[in-house]
Amino acid sequence: MATKDLCSVEKRGRVHLITLTGAGEHRLNPTLLSAIRSAVAAVRASPDAGALFLAAEGKFFCNGYDLAWARAGASPADRIAAMRAALRGLVADLLALPAPTVAAVTGHAAAAGCGLALAHDAVVMRASRGFLYMGEVDARIKIVDFFGELIRQKVPDAVARRDLVMKGEKMTAAEAVRRGIVDKAVDGGVGDVVDAAVAMAEGLAARGWNGETVAEIRKAAWPDLWRKVKDHGGEAPARPRL
Amino acid sequence: MCTLEQRGRVFVLTLTGDDEHRLSHALIASIRSSVASVAAAAASAGPGTALVTVGEGRFFSNGLDNIWAGTSRERLQGLVDALSPLAADLFALPMPTIAAITGHAAAGGFLLALCHDYRIMRGDRGVLYMSEVDIGLPLPPYFVSVLRSKITAANALRDVTLRGRKLKAAEAKEMGIVDAVCPGPAETAAEAIKLAEQLAARKWDGNVYASIRMSIFPEACRSIGIVEESDEEKRKHFASRL
Repeated sequence: MATKDLCSVEKRGRVHLITLTGAGEHRLNPTLLSAIRSAVAAVRASPDAGALFLAAEGKFFCNGYDLAWARAGASPADRIAAMRAALRGLVADLLALPAPTVAAVTGHAAAAGCGLALAHDAVVMRASRGFLYMGEVDARIKIVDFFGELIRQKVPDAVARRDLVMKGEKMTAAEAVRRGIVDKAVDGGVGDVVDAAVAMAEGLAARGWNGETVAEIRKAAWPDLWRKVKDHGGEAPARPRL
Repeated sequence: MCTLEQRGRVFVLTLTGDDEHRLSHALIASIRSSVASVAAAAASAGPGTALVTVGEGRFFSNGLDNIWAGTSRERLQGLVDALSPLAADLFALPMPTIAAITGHAAAGGFLLALCHDYRIMRGDRGVLYMSEVDIGLPLPPYFVSVLRSKITAANALRDVTLRGRKLKAAEAKEMGIVDAVCPGPAETAAEAIKLAEQLAARKWDGNVYASIRMSIFPEACRSIGIVEESDEEKRKHFASRL
């Protein structure tokens, strides 16, 4: 099932794979965010979902918010607020998902795209190409509360956090693993990274965990983050927020 | 007490004299005045500046002026209260900050170093030391908040606060407390200025940089009385930079 060629969903056994399709930057505009959230909702509704993972085609995993779309609007501030709200909802959806989640960072992951990867339980990353890059400091964009919380919870080491976010360091997979930001660096191409992520996800699915238990434990493990996103998604019905 | 000079895009604040640079009311006021000058100069200098704080002699700073305070709890509390706004000045400063730890940094002096974004330290002499447990003084709440924000490895935090461990530069680097170790004080200062120049060359918008710093360390900022901007204010900023 493809959603406007923005993302595709397939099942491999108990693993649900969401792929951001096409060779572009997979910029997070409301359309793509909505497509991803629909895909995640479908996984949530699926009775035997063992694990979810998110990957991307092409050179980019996700290069952040669609700033060009924001600038093209009558009120760019409203447009960026809309994208932030949608990402906040997606983070809530992922935190509340009754199945383990893996991000397969198959290419560059920048800014909000890097945050999206970190919102998963585990991250595998392509070793040979692609950077993690929190480019906000270079792009002169401030970091809002829930996003700061996401970074603080998922990158607890003060030095790693400073170098990633305050210094805007471009980190390779090896560097990111060394600093404890991602779990595994995988050699080879996009396909190899996807295969490694599927294998990891299958391993998690094979544990036969009760999905609701996974979701409750996850929310309890990151309580400050859950508190800041829970009214925007997850179990709560989606409410439009500015 | 302290001098301020500008070398290109880098401001250098020097704690002068071969004494302990005890943080008395006078020295704290003097440093605050210099830091305020730096902030003002940055506003007119435009994007791409940095601050280096360096000490002359055998001490970076041996902490609050306990000698003057003697047994007077009021005097001691007064000094504790006076240091907090200086910490706030540094956490809010619209440019990257580097402490060139050219000698011992103990208690309030160690805290002063931690209030900077980066720390370069001489390896031949000098220790970082939170002496409060040995002296029998409780740690002021904002000290704890800053320590917890900057020293995130649990064992490192324990060793520093609960064991009163005296850290040489190499150990401090392993613990993630210091970023680089240099042979002696001259090299330490030079390395700090070199790093400052590299960071200044990134031409970061100071206001955005400070905002991002605050979003990374919100608890420390709250403890020293900095109120972070709301998401709404950050949203307006996005629009205003177009």
